Amino acid sequence: MGKVLMKGNEVIAEAAVQAGCKYFFGYPITPQSELVAYMARRLPEVGGLFLQAESEIAAINMVYGAASTGVRVMTSSSSPGFSLKQEGISYLVGSELPAVIVNIVRGGPGLGNIQPAQSDYFQVTKGGGHGDYNIPVLAPASLQEIVELTQDAFNIADKYRTPVIVMGDGMLGQMMEPVEFGIRKVPELPEKGWATTGTRGDGPPKTITSLELNAESLEQRNHSLQRKFAIIKENEVRYETYKMDDADFIMVAFGTVARITMNAINKARKDGIKVGLIRPISLWPFPERPFIESRDKVKGYISVEMSAGQMVEDVKLAVNGHAPVDFYGRTGGVVPTQEEIYEKIIMVAGGILI
Amino acid sequence: MTTMKTVFNKTGGLTDKPTHYCPGCTHGVIHRLVGEVLEEMDILEETIGVASVGCSVLSYEYFNCDMTQAAHGRAPAVATGVKRVLPDRFVFTYQGDGDLASIGISEVIHAAARGEKITVIFVNNAIYGMTGGQMAPTTLIGQKTATTPFGRDVSIQGSPMKVCEMLSTLDGSAYIERVSAHDVQHIQKAKKAIRKAFETQKKGLGFSMIEILSTCPTNWGLDPFESLEWIKENMIPVYPLGVFKNKEGVN
Repeated sequence: MGKVLMKGNEVIAEAAVQAGCKYFFGYPITPQSELVAYMARRLPEVGGLFLQAESEIAAINMVYGAASTGVRVMTSSSSPGFSLKQEGISYLVGSELPAVIVNIVRGGPGLGNIQPAQSDYFQVTKGGGHGDYNIPVLAPASLQEIVELTQDAFNIADKYRTPVIVMGDGMLGQMMEPVEFGIRKVPELPEKGWATTGTRGDGPPKTITSLELNAESLEQRNHSLQRKFAIIKENEVRYETYKMDDADFIMVAFGTVARITMNAINKARKDGIKVGLIRPISLWPFPERPFIESRDKVKGYISVEMSAGQMVEDVKLAVNGHAPVDFYGRTGGVVPTQEEIYEKIIMVAGGILI
Repeated sequence: MTTMKTVFNKTGGLTDKPTHYCPGCTHGVIHRLVGEVLEEMDILEETIGVASVGCSVLSYEYFNCDMTQAAHGRAPAVATGVKRVLPDRFVFTYQGDGDLASIGISEVIHAAARGEKITVIFVNNAIYGMTGGQMAPTTLIGQKTATTPFGRDVSIQGSPMKVCEMLSTLDGSAYIERVSAHDVQHIQKAKKAIRKAFETQKKGLGFSMIEILSTCPTNWGLDPFESLEWIKENMIPVYPLGVFKNKEGVN
């Protein structure tokens, strides 16, 4: 199969189908509705099922039910709808059920607008719902990368029995790029002996629950979850670096903004300013290593985001006071331009580092 | 020599775990009815139950089949997910009135509207039990609860919600009946209704729900016998028993 020109939301949907996802429960919301519509058309072709739920809350709970039977299942939404899914996501984590949840982020808070944003960063990386938990979050920067990461998301979900979030900004969902599918082989689904599918004479009944009334028992369960999160942190960190070797300043950006920032870096490099990039691909676990390796060698970091400053907190934690950390962000659905980011680099390189 | 004859057995539809329900609460009776039906229909191994939040939250420990525990009110959505993946299995939810009629009213309405081939066991005791006796959507007018200390007042809290009547208007509903657990005769009727609901699911006719009027001696502040009388005298006049939907083919 050669390259095809597709919209980001549809690329996620097709990648999911090719990853063996046969069940999708969703609710339309801009700017991710093409994903829902694509699944409605596509899933019957592979013997799967698409169901439009009455709300995001119902959709995530249908995902919970389907996931409890052991199949690959997905839902998608955009910021206000993603907020509604948080209850179900917390339950998925508590019950250790694998699922993939897509958040194509738009401007907020509240109803906000339908323009691209990254302001759900805290919500996706710091738990989001109630209780102590983290979820793996993958943030592609191109449509080709979506193909790979969507499939990885399902594999990570099954491997660790956890929901996984694929997060993109509205621009990534709406843009069109040529992509190629079928490059990677989809692995066999792992054994899911825990699934509740009716005992069928196959041993005693199974239960899926996140309830643990005894405090000490729940603490043990939380410790067990935390051990799992530590293993995920060990194994599932993803990032890309660009022109880091001789860099005086390092930009930090993910998703669409990373691409714009890369162009700004190229422009600044032409002016002789040695600037590089760390692009987190997994937002959780956050890639600390490239910061630890560079923080005593550089003059500073600049986090560039489509938010009022959220990832910058993780950057500061990773830098841990070894170097100054600055921030440039646009919020409310405004996409920063290459020129704006370039100007910021010039200001910082000129010594106006906060 | 006298020969011993077994006249009564524990149903294989329930586990050996003692339930946590208060003395005089009819949850135990209703559990047994569901367990007996699943056993008699020989479908325990083909069944996945969905537990709700509230007093029956631990029902997954009592039913002798695969069970999944859902978030508050969401059991019909969870059951939808299960049934859509496994259309040949039996899927039921077991929900109280706070769970189903309040926080989960949207999920149950839409599951019925879609004609989900699931069975909902809806236990209505007109009060929130587990959280300590607060008003439910099904609380009777004048009934005193922790959050209606002067009695439910229509002008403030509105009227009791009649779920069977409401869901029976939806085309996706195939079989809907309201029964009561207040005496032997009615308990036997309740069992028949539960069986009919599962048979409706077996035939793939659509959504089925059995509402069962149930006691809450602890939060009603009555003894177990008074509670049974209270169902008869106060609940049944507001929640009339009977079949509200019986789609062609149910039998």
